Amino acid sequence: MDATIASGTPAHRGPLARFASAYGQELVVLGSLVVLMAVVGAVNPRFLSETNLHSVFSGNAYIAVAAIGMSMVIISGNIDVSVGALIGVLGTISGTLAVDGWPVWVAWGVPLVLGIAANSVIGALVAYARIPAIVVTLGMLSIFRGGLISATGGKWISNLPSAFRSAQERFFGVPLPVYLAALLTVVAALWMRYSALGRAIYAVGGNAEAARAAGIRTRGMVVFVFGVHGLFAGVASVLFATQLQVIQSTVPPNLELSVITASVIGGVSILGGTGTVVGSTLAALLFSTIASALIFLNVSAYWLRAVLGLLILGTVLADMARRRRKGRLAP
Amino acid sequence: MRISTRSLLRHESILAILVIVALAVLAHQSDRFFTTDNLLNQGRLAAELGLVSLTMTFVIVTGGIDLSVGSILGLGAIMVGVFWHNVGLPLPLAMLLAVAVGGLCGVINGLIITRFKVPPLIATLATLALYRGLAEGISQSRSVRGYPEWFFRLGQGDVAGVPTQVWVLLAAALLAGVVLGRTTFGRATYAVGANETAARFSGVAVDRTKLLIYTASGLAAGLAAVIFVSRVSTTRSDMGMGLELDVITAVVLGGTSIFGGRGTITGTVLGLVLIQAVRNGLALAGVKGDGTIVVIGAVLILAILVSNLVGRDGDG
Repeated sequence: MDATIASGTPAHRGPLARFASAYGQELVVLGSLVVLMAVVGAVNPRFLSETNLHSVFSGNAYIAVAAIGMSMVIISGNIDVSVGALIGVLGTISGTLAVDGWPVWVAWGVPLVLGIAANSVIGALVAYARIPAIVVTLGMLSIFRGGLISATGGKWISNLPSAFRSAQERFFGVPLPVYLAALLTVVAALWMRYSALGRAIYAVGGNAEAARAAGIRTRGMVVFVFGVHGLFAGVASVLFATQLQVIQSTVPPNLELSVITASVIGGVSILGGTGTVVGSTLAALLFSTIASALIFLNVSAYWLRAVLGLLILGTVLADMARRRRKGRLAP
Repeated sequence: MRISTRSLLRHESILAILVIVALAVLAHQSDRFFTTDNLLNQGRLAAELGLVSLTMTFVIVTGGIDLSVGSILGLGAIMVGVFWHNVGLPLPLAMLLAVAVGGLCGVINGLIITRFKVPPLIATLATLALYRGLAEGISQSRSVRGYPEWFFRLGQGDVAGVPTQVWVLLAAALLAGVVLGRTTFGRATYAVGANETAARFSGVAVDRTKLLIYTASGLAAGLAAVIFVSRVSTTRSDMGMGLELDVITAVVLGGTSIFGGRGTITGTVLGLVLIQAVRNGLALAGVKGDGTIVVIGAVLILAILVSNLVGRDGDG
């Protein structure tokens, strides 16, 4: 499971080439996003209408937020397939608290705390009990999913107080979740690039042995990364819960897949060690654009998951090919 | 080597005792449990899971994983309906082609993993989405019903008093046990999982071994799909969703190391019996399906936790 990476050294190249090489995947995603919007907009101008763009941007903000945490987990060399189920559980808890008359800050705050707690447990099982992340999170996925349905019977939560839903308020015509997703992306990207703790995430994922030798407490880092991921999942769950008039207290189908897809397509290498959260946010946007484009191009929504699968597969294969080329170039 | 064989035997005997205890508790709790009818019916219900678990044992012994089996089952089920109902082929041919589609899915998994060196976890996570998406796209979530009466003999009928698919499962288990335990191919499987580089240098055809194993995994899921359709009389695109969890749990419970290199078919069969007994017991105790998923998830994590604590030789 733990893979070591032959890292290519970007030597003797101009700043522009270095930029393109370092942010290649992010640029590709941005480019595809622009092209897709232009093409679909040309075919069906209503695609670029304000209402549709609103739904594309704000409807998937929670996926972008969750993908930030997921990117950190994958960069650290792990994976989490339970995040979709966790968001479902936390969203239901958040909505239930709000309906039960708790103050809004409690309804918004409790999911964040529980998210951190739940994922720290996962992180501890991975780091200290040495259970592979895929096994732990597969198990947690079914515990969350089954537990949620057993507890609620799949009942819908309605009559959400308006103060609770104020998380979706608009400023200058743009919904709050969009600001939040953008802000969190920038903060997380800067933190991961410039802080020692942020760099340590890359070090652990790139080469755990080397990171340990460099004095990083790798096990503690894994727990920490999962905890941070839990925080982002908590934020995502609040955005998710406040989105509609009702909360279906079930796990949103495919959510973990959408989140992982966003991370991977955004350039986070599946082998760990590289990638940025800017890419994952762009990819979450690309993904919601594709979902919306299918509708405007009159393609059945049932094909969405196949498109998603092809996208992951294509990106992963491209990533492997790029690595092999780099590996060959390196002396 | 000798030590690891001994610890393996120990795991299997612990598991066997656990199975006996579970069965005894169940028999004590409900007098409906130890009836021939119930036991045969449990065999019927476990056959699809069992078939896929057998090939998954090979996959995990090589140090890999196949998360796409549930989706392959869904796609295979849809293809039975498509080939028979939409294309108009004779049903036996449609069944065969559905199994072949499963095999093709497995070949694709194997090629992505061996040719492009994509880690199995990610490769099959991608194809999990792809195959399920194809099943949904092709079927547009419409089901196909109205199969002829003879078709149901596979999933609902008996041969010599035992459900048809239990015979299939027994034959497959015997075959898998012999191949993994007694053939060069089996030795190669262990070698790949224990140390891939060493296996390569010792002349083991690593890539071919893996490709064959992932293909077999797809074929097993395709066969399970046909049995599933015959058992429930309809095809739906969401069939087999979450199957990978049960399969991996059964295999890991059976003592196969998730890190590869260790595991036996006997263990997997015992793991399978234990899971089905737990499911049945919970159902008899009035726990709904959703509660059962919680227990299986917890059992999976606990099983590996305990095996990591007991046998410290597994981790790297």
